[in-house]
Amino acid sequence: MRRTFAPWADPQAKPLIRVDNVTKRFGDAVAVDHLTLDIFEGEFFCLLGPSGCGKTTLMRMLAGFEYPTEGVITLAGQSLEGVPPYRRPVNMMFQSYALFPHMSVEKNIAFGLKQDGLPKPEIADRVGEMLRLVQLEKLAKRYPSQLSGGQRQRVALARALAKRPKVLLLDEPLGALDKKLREETQFELMDIQHELGMTFVVVTHDQEEAMTMADRIAVMDHGRIVQVADPGEIYEQPKTRFIAEFVGDVNILEGHVMGQENGLWRVKTASAETPLTIDDPDEVLHSGQAVAIAVRPEKMTIQREKPGPEAVNVLTGEVWDIGYLGDWTVYRIKLATGEILRVSRANVSRFVESPIDWDEQVYVTFEPGAAVILAE
Amino acid sequence: MTRRLSVFNVTSLVLGFAFLYLPILLLVIYSFNASRLVTVWGGFSTQWYGALFRNQALMEAAWVTLRIALLSASIATVLGTLAALALTRYGRFTGRTLFTGMIYAPMVMPEVITGLSLLLFFVAIDLDRGFWTVTLAHTTLTMCFVTVVVQSRLMTFDRSLEEAAMDLGAPPLRTFFAVTLPLIAPSIVAGFLLAFTLSLDDLVIASFNTGPGATTLPIRIYSQVRLGLSPEINAASTILIGLVTLGVISATLLSKRSVLRSQRNAH
Repeated sequence: MRRTFAPWADPQAKPLIRVDNVTKRFGDAVAVDHLTLDIFEGEFFCLLGPSGCGKTTLMRMLAGFEYPTEGVITLAGQSLEGVPPYRRPVNMMFQSYALFPHMSVEKNIAFGLKQDGLPKPEIADRVGEMLRLVQLEKLAKRYPSQLSGGQRQRVALARALAKRPKVLLLDEPLGALDKKLREETQFELMDIQHELGMTFVVVTHDQEEAMTMADRIAVMDHGRIVQVADPGEIYEQPKTRFIAEFVGDVNILEGHVMGQENGLWRVKTASAETPLTIDDPDEVLHSGQAVAIAVRPEKMTIQREKPGPEAVNVLTGEVWDIGYLGDWTVYRIKLATGEILRVSRANVSRFVESPIDWDEQVYVTFEPGAAVILAE
Repeated sequence: MTRRLSVFNVTSLVLGFAFLYLPILLLVIYSFNASRLVTVWGGFSTQWYGALFRNQALMEAAWVTLRIALLSASIATVLGTLAALALTRYGRFTGRTLFTGMIYAPMVMPEVITGLSLLLFFVAIDLDRGFWTVTLAHTTLTMCFVTVVVQSRLMTFDRSLEEAAMDLGAPPLRTFFAVTLPLIAPSIVAGFLLAFTLSLDDLVIASFNTGPGATTLPIRIYSQVRLGLSPEINAASTILIGLVTLGVISATLLSKRSVLRSQRNAH
């Protein structure tokens, strides 16, 4: 079972890749800022962040196309300082795929093996094995210009896997594919990674992609890592407002801490008449502190009837917009303060009697455990 | 756009092409003239082509021209390609703009000036004028054309291809020969053909820098014409025109194809 795989939780485990206090500057611009990170063998690791956050630079430093200005990267205990890309046991799948247009699919896959000087029969075997792995046996003789986008992606993957690198780097591997194909390919990548037991490091700006595939996600912003955790923790326990907003949809309510009651935080906001009650015991807060409360849209419920006096966390507003997505319906609720809340509801039944309509007065509630307090 | 050509467009097209090509067409027609008189049509004949091949002086000049063109185009191709690589690859080094401008200068410089300055240079370094000075002069002239053609290809070159090769274990030099060179080869060949053609039909620079035993075909033709027109010259010119046309057309097709290929692979 995949779930039990968590070498990062074991203090004895030795990381495969260790990024130790690495900084990369381009002139005055700091692309990666004193970054420290451990990646373990067999991990499917995602570097997630908006464009310009430094994730691509970090990956290029792992591949050897850039060298750190300060700090050291080690791979399996060996320093990579000054080691050029052609001497690293690391291969990369490029965002543009970078297939050699003057070589057939076969020759593309064989390229890296040829550089190693492997005997011809062994190269042929390995190429055949790779073609089977990505299900492209029939297209071995084709040229990249004769392939579809999805097929090119597979060739690029096969080429990068052929040398059996210690680490496979994937730069936005699914970025150029359409939505349907992207979803299929996500699962295929996971299967292949599992089958080969190889360490994958993926760079992506697509949080859904990262959530689906990764064992762990490192969320980056401005050259730093903001949080490293498994997808569940990133989504449910975001450390900062940036992460809460970047990963998935979220409603943010700003307020001030009033104090703690029975282990639950009481927070005064302009959005609700009564103070909100939040169950987030790990936070260390003091009275009067400005905080942001983050609640995911699916963790809020929407109803027409006024909730009873026992209900906590009640917000009042009117329906501003309704988006029907098939599986979900998204309501945008305008509060008296002018804030817009997103509330989503799974469409569990095909027919709903008198569904909530535009401009209706509604009550939005959420459980104390549904929200996260983020220190501002 | 499926709009048809208007009468005005057709007229201007015909006039324009007539203006450009009528004199050349006339020359080609008269090279098949049976009469010795250049301005009187005396029936169809290929005798002047035969006479041309028996004309020792012309044939010798043609051989010299061919050797100079091949040699100078080869040197220009190597140097021009290297210059193109330096200009596109080494970012914004100090003096890059100046360097670029200087590479392109021979394209717009009046040939008389290029020819004259080269002559002065060869005299100054005491190099005997002849085969080698013409070759060097032509290299100077044609190198920039190679650079322009190769550079335009390199601009659209996807650098990640080279990174991929290195990532897969190929050191820089092997990457260049296994990936870069095959992909820019069509543009290099196009540059070579252009350089070859330019050298083939150059008169001005060659006549400034030539010496004994290195009379090129254009120089020979020019000096013979001064003594009087002969249909043989028409025949020689026709062959030259054919060669140049062939060179330019293949150069255009090659560079076009190479650009198309790079675009197609980008998507």
